[in-house]
Parts: sequence; C-alpha cells; structure tokens
Amino acid sequence: MLNNYNGLAQPFWQNGPAPGQFYHFTGGQQQIQNLPRELTTAGPYGTQRNTARITTGSSVLGIRFDGGVMIAADTMVSYGSLSRYQSIDRVFKINEKILLGGGDDFADIQSIKRTIDQKMIADQCRADEIEMKPTELAMWLTRVLYNRRTRMNPLFIDVVVGGVNAEGKPFLGNVDLRGRFYEDFVVATGFARHLAIPLVRESKPAGREFTAEEASNLIRKCMEVLYYRDTRNTSKYTVGVCTPSGSVVEGPYKVDENWSFASTIKGY
Amino acid sequence: MSNLGFQQFPEYQVPGVQQADFSPYESNGGSIVAIAGDDFVVIAADTRLSSGYNIHSRDQSKLFKLSDQTVLGSTGCWADTLSLTGLLKVRMQGYEHTHLRTMATDAVAQMLSITMYNRRFFPYYVSNILAGIDKDGKGVVYSYDPIGHCERAFYRAGGTAGTLLQPVLDNQIGHKNINLSSSELPKLTIERAVAIASDTFISAAERDIYTGDSVLINIITKDGIEEKKLQLRLD
Repeated sequence: MLNNYNGLAQPFWQNGPAPGQFYHFTGGQQQIQNLPRELTTAGPYGTQRNTARITTGSSVLGIRFDGGVMIAADTMVSYGSLSRYQSIDRVFKINEKILLGGGDDFADIQSIKRTIDQKMIADQCRADEIEMKPTELAMWLTRVLYNRRTRMNPLFIDVVVGGVNAEGKPFLGNVDLRGRFYEDFVVATGFARHLAIPLVRESKPAGREFTAEEASNLIRKCMEVLYYRDTRNTSKYTVGVCTPSGSVVEGPYKVDENWSFASTIKGY
Repeated sequence: MSNLGFQQFPEYQVPGVQQADFSPYESNGGSIVAIAGDDFVVIAADTRLSSGYNIHSRDQSKLFKLSDQTVLGSTGCWADTLSLTGLLKVRMQGYEHTHLRTMATDAVAQMLSITMYNRRFFPYYVSNILAGIDKDGKGVVYSYDPIGHCERAFYRAGGTAGTLLQPVLDNQIGHKNINLSSSELPKLTIERAVAIASDTFISAAERDIYTGDSVLINIITKDGIEEKKLQLRLD
C-alpha cells in the first residue's frame, strides 16, 4: 500500500484507476477497499473521532539565517499539566536538507514522522542522488493535514519545517492541523508564538537576513525566556541546524538558569 | 457534523465530560480591493496573515497570478485558499494542455464559480475577487461568495475589511451620492485607481486588526502585470 490516504481517492475517470493505483483493463470491477472498516463505515450512531490532544509538546521555534535555518524545541512532552516525559527530542533530522520541529499532540507527531521516514527510505532506494527538499515536504504536509481536517479527523499537530532548497536557499515554514501554511524568517508554535516571535522580529535587521551567530544567540535567549515563563517547558532543549553542507540536531543544551532574582519578586 | 452523533442522546452524556469540538475553519484575515477601468484593472491585497491576536506573517501575498491577464485575490481560511488556488492552477494547466491556449478571464471566472460550488455543503471559507482583462480588452472584476455565487462588477472590496472599504469605493469610484454632472466627475485613470485603492487600505488598517503590514498592488493591462508595494501600519 502506497499510503493510507489513497484508499479513498476517486478514480481519474469512470472505472479508471485512482491516483497511485493501477488500471484494470477488464474494467467495471469494484476496487478492493483495503482501509480498515472503522475508517470507511459509519456506526449506527454516526462516527466519533478523536477530538482531544493527550500528550503534548509546547513550543518550537525556528529562525532563518543567511546560510540556513535553526529550529529549537525543549525536550518536554506533557500529559495535561503533568510533566510526563522530560527528555524527548522534538526536533528531527529528516534528511541532509530537512529539519522538522513538532508541536502539539506528540503521538500524531510520531505517527507523521514514521510516514515521513518511510518516504525518505523510498527516496533513498531510488539511488538517484536526489533528496527531498523542505518545500516539497511542507507542501506534502499541507495536503495530508488538509485532507484529514476536511474529513473531520485531523492530526493534531503544529509543525515547523526548515532546511535548504536547491541552490542552498534557506527555507522556513509552518504547517498546522488544518493545512494552513506560511513561510517567514521566524516561525513558532505553542507559547513561543506569544513570547519568542516578538523578540525575534524586534531584532531583525532591516534589509538583510540574520547571521548564524545572531540566530543562535536569539535561540538561546528565547529558550531562556520560554523556560522562565511557559509552565509547560523544561530547561533542556535541542537545536537543529540545517545548512547546505547538511543538517544536524545538537544538544541537549541547558538553559543558563539564574533564580537569584526570585527572592526580590513579591509573592515568590 | 453527523445528525446521528452523540449529541442526539443527552441521556447518555456524562456530566463534566468536555466534548472538544474541532472546527475545520479558521479566519486568517486580510482584505482585497479591485477596481476596473476601460483598459486596465487594479487589484490590491494586504500581506498580513493572522488568527485571533496572533500575526503569523507580515509578508504573505494573497494575490495569485493565474495568467498574464488574470489575478485572483483570496482571503479567509488560509488552508482553504491554498487548496482552492492549487486546484485552480491544476485546472488552468489542464486547459492549456488540452486547448493549447491560456484560459480567458471570463472562463476563469466561471470555472472558479463551479469549483467553489462543488463544495456547496462543505464550503471553502474564502472571500474571492478575480480581476483581469476580458476578451474585449476591458478591465473587469468578478466577486464571489464562499459557495460560488459570482457577480461581474467594476469595483469591489472583500475580506475582513470589505465592509469598511466597499462604501468608500461606492462613493469614489461608483460616484454614489455625489451631486456632480458626469462631465465634472474625475476620469478613472490607473493613477486614480491605485491612489484610491491605497487610501482605502491605509484607512482600513486604522480600524481592522486583520488588515495591515503592507499592500501589494497589481496593475493589469494588455501588456502585462505591474506590481507595487505600499507600507501600512505594523501594529
């Protein structure tokens, strides 16, 4: 099976093949539906879908700089207000050209990550020296996520996709659970949308991109702010860096904590 | 969605259980203005992409060049806009390959209507304005509702500040409630259309939090498309 989504695709024409399937010359035959029954058949009282997140990751922060992108996320995965898993990397290296930072429901992130990894293996099996580029992965994600939201069965994820395109051009974008996609020099999910984006936008020099050093300083600063003010954060974080020479996920780093000021705050 | 859902059986509901309802829609804001003249058409859209109090991007173009003679402005639910414009591009390309010519503005207008109505019972939550040069070489504007109703016009505003912008256009372009004889009315030139479109956006940015950052203006004539950018309030 090519993927889980082709099963419901409509044939190109009457009795024709669906996208990704083969043409049946005999014609007129019903295609074998190989999706699980619970996905194709409504129960006597309709169908109920998962509408809640269970284990969640909070912030992911991505910054584009002149030679590539950096994506950072802390290592916390929460279960409601419980800090359930405190050492899980949420920034992934997809291949030498793509980094992916996952926010929102972590189970759905793992699920989509498995599918993406399988795509990368398929990509490598062609042995044609062509690697998937971040724009392509981001567009693929918009289609998958939009499809799921249209069927009212969304993947509760909010992802940051970054990397370098052909000619080493940096790319940074965000795709959310409805398939909304945009590109910018700074993108974030979770609390970083409120706390980190303004800090980064404020320090953007007019008329040029950030340098790698500026980007890395901003990441360090923002992860510190997030640790102090986002309750669903931990002091450990990983940073993915993607440049034309390849991608790596570094860390975990530790926020340089300093609570000496705490005693001066009333009510602490 | 389903009228057979759990909500239909209140006696089985457990008190205190939260039923988080997923909404497939989201308003991402943005406004469009299009003004058609005798041999040109001007279409403008702001570049802010937001939801609620978040501004996701300050530099997101909402104008989609469908051909050298046709530009679509699309705002609303951004995920729907991306899907719809993606589908339109595929269909335009299909038309070009089968008929060996580019789709005319009027044909694009009809196709957009049909494409939107195809999703009548799960609509694309978008406000579309199509601007282009028609087969007689005249500037033309088509506006749509989310389910595909299409109306040909000479000027139109749409999007989150559509209700703020339209009355200004009615007065300044449509010359509604103006006590001047037709000889005294200013002629609609490209410069005047661009100036009015720019002014309406500057005003809308004052009152609509979903409109701002900058305006992209496309001026379509038979010779092609000229692009302009104007800075707006960033707050």
